[in-house]
Amino acid sequence: MDRTGARPPEALLEAAAPARGAAVAAPAASAVRIDSLGAWYGARKAIEGISLAIAPRTVTAVIGPSGCGKSTLIRCVDRLHEVTPGARVEGRVHVGDVDIYAPGTDPVAVRSMVGMVFQKPNPFPTMSVYENVAAGPRLRGSRIPRGALDDLVERNLRRAALWDEVKDKLGRPGADLSGGQQQRLCIARALATDPAVLLMDEPCSALDPISTYRIEELMRELAGDVTIVIVTHNMQQASRVSEWTAFVLAGDDGIGRLVEFDATEQLFTKPADPRTEAYITGRFG
Amino acid sequence: MASPALAVRPALALGRRRVVDRAMSVLFVAATVAAVTPLLLVVGYIAVQGAHGLSIALVTQLPAPVGEPGGGMGNAFVGSAILIAVASAIALPVGILSGVYLSEFGGGRFGDVLRFFTDVLTGVPSIVVGIVAYTILVVPLRSFSALSGGFALSIIMIPTVARTTEEALKRVPLTIREASLALGVHEWTTILRVVIPTGLAGIVTGAMLGIARISGETAPLLFTAFGSAFWQQGLLKPIAAVPLQIFQYAISPYTDWHEQAWAAALILMLLVLGLNVAIRAVTRTGFRTVR
Ligand SMILES: Nc1ncnc2c1ncn2[C@@H]1O[C@H](COP(=O)(O)OP(=O)(O)O)[C@@H](O)[C@H]1O
Ligand SMILES: [Mg+2]
Repeated sequence: MDRTGARPPEALLEAAAPARGAAVAAPAASAVRIDSLGAWYGARKAIEGISLAIAPRTVTAVIGPSGCGKSTLIRCVDRLHEVTPGARVEGRVHVGDVDIYAPGTDPVAVRSMVGMVFQKPNPFPTMSVYENVAAGPRLRGSRIPRGALDDLVERNLRRAALWDEVKDKLGRPGADLSGGQQQRLCIARALATDPAVLLMDEPCSALDPISTYRIEELMRELAGDVTIVIVTHNMQQASRVSEWTAFVLAGDDGIGRLVEFDATEQLFTKPADPRTEAYITGRFG
Repeated sequence: MASPALAVRPALALGRRRVVDRAMSVLFVAATVAAVTPLLLVVGYIAVQGAHGLSIALVTQLPAPVGEPGGGMGNAFVGSAILIAVASAIALPVGILSGVYLSEFGGGRFGDVLRFFTDVLTGVPSIVVGIVAYTILVVPLRSFSALSGGFALSIIMIPTVARTTEEALKRVPLTIREASLALGVHEWTTILRVVIPTGLAGIVTGAMLGIARISGETAPLLFTAFGSAFWQQGLLKPIAAVPLQIFQYAISPYTDWHEQAWAAALILMLLVLGLNVAIRAVTRTGFRTVR
C-alpha cells in the first residue's frame, strides 16, 4: 500500500530523518513495518509470513525458543540476512518510509540507517576505543574534521554510558575492555552512525548480571530517541525492558512464524494464544 | 570356570596397555630425535666449518682473482638482496591479491581452479621454474639478468604468499565483517580497512615465509641470474647470488674458496633462521591482537 519508499537511493538518508522528527505529528507512522516476511537459507525456509509494525521510539522484544528464527528476522530488517551465501528474502520491510527491499534500494544505505548490536561483543580488534566509535562515519568516507569527530566519539560514548570508564584510555585497543564494556562500545559504535532503528541480537547473553543490568538500563534511556528491537530468550529481560513483545515459534516444519504480538504486559499476563501461554509458563522451549 | 577367567582378563589387558603405551612413547621420542638430528648436524657442521672463514671482507669485497688470497663475495650478498627485492615486488602484490580473492570471493568454481593451480605450482621443481623464466625472459632479452632471476624466484614465492594470505583472512571472524557491513560500510572498504588489517599479522608471516623460501634457492638462478664476479650492473645484466656463488666455490678446486663457501652458507643459514624467529614473533603478537 505504502509505495513512498520507492525512491532513488540518494534520498534514503533524508527519508529516514524526517520520519523521526515528524513522528509526533504523525503518530500512525511506524518506525519499522514488516509485511509477510519470509527468509531462506538456500533451500531451507527459516521464517515465513511474519508481519509486524513497530512504533517509533519504543523497545520491542522478540522472544521465542532458540532456532525459531529470531536472529533471521531482525537481520532481514538490516539487509544483513542476504550476506549469508544462498540466503534469500520475500515480502516487504519498511524502515521509516523507505521500502528497503525495493529494487532500487542500496543495501549499504539501509544498513547505515539501521544499527546492529551482535550477540558476542565484536569491537574491531585492530582499532582503539576511539577508532571503533569513529569507524562508521570514517569507513563510509565522511570527511569529518578532527574536532567534530572528537565530539561525535564523546557524545556516543556518553549515550552508551561508557564515557566515564574509557575517557582516559581512548587510544587503547577496544578489545582490551571488559566484556560488558566491549558490548557498550559496540552500542556506541552503532549509535555513531545515528541510526533511526537499533537492532540488538541477544546483546546480554555473553555478559554477567551487572553488565546485563547496565545495558538494560541503557536501552530504556536510548528508547527516548531510537527505536529498539531486541532479541532475547530471557523472558524476564523482555518484560523488564520492552513495551511490545513479539513471540516467534517454529512449527513442526521447522519454519518460524509469528504467534503473537502485543503490549508486553498484555502478552505476559493475558496471552491470547495458548502456545504463548505454554512458552511463558515454561512448558516448552 | 568362567569367573576366574573374567577376573584375570582386566589385569592382563591393563598390563598389555601399559606395554603398548611404553612402546609408543619410545617410538615417538625416537622419531622426534631422528627428525631433529639431521637439522642439528647440519647447523653444527656448517657452524664449525664456516666459523673461521667469517670476515667483514666476505660481505663487503669482490672476489679476489684466483690465486690471490683474501677477497669476498659482497657482490653476491647485494645480488641476493636485489633478486629478493625484485621477486617480492612481483610476488607480494600478485600473491596477496590472489590470497584476498581466494578468501573473499573464492567460493565458486574459479576459486577452486585457482587454488588447485596454486597447489600445483607449489610442487613444481624449482629447476623447471628456472627453465620457464629462461624461455619467457632470458631468450627474448638475449641476456641473463637480475630481472629474470627475480621473476623465477617470484613464481616460487607466489603460492606461499597467496595461500598464507588466504588462510590469514579466513581466520578473521565473520562477526567482525558483519559488524562493518552493519555500519553501512561497503564490502570493498570492509575488506580493505577491516578484514585485511585484522589479518595483517598472517599476511606479513606469509611474506616472510615466502622470502625465507626463496633466499636459498639455487636451481632457478642457474640460467636466469647466472651469477657474476662483479657488482650489479642493472636489472638487465647477469647478477651474482649467494647460493650460486656457494655452488660455484664449492665445486672449485681452491681451498680458500671452499672456506668462503662454508662461511657464506653459515651466514645464509643464520639469516633464514633469523627470519623464522621473526615469523614466530609476528605470529604470536598477531594472535594476541586478533584473539
Ligand atoms: N547461516 C545459516 N545457514 C543455514 N541455516 C541457518 C543459518 N543461520 C540460521 N540457520 C537456521 O535458521 C533457523 C533460524 O535460525 P536463527 O534465526 O539463528 O534462530 P534464533 O536466533 O531464533 O536462535 C535455524 O533453524 C537455523 O538452523
Ligand atoms: Mg539468534
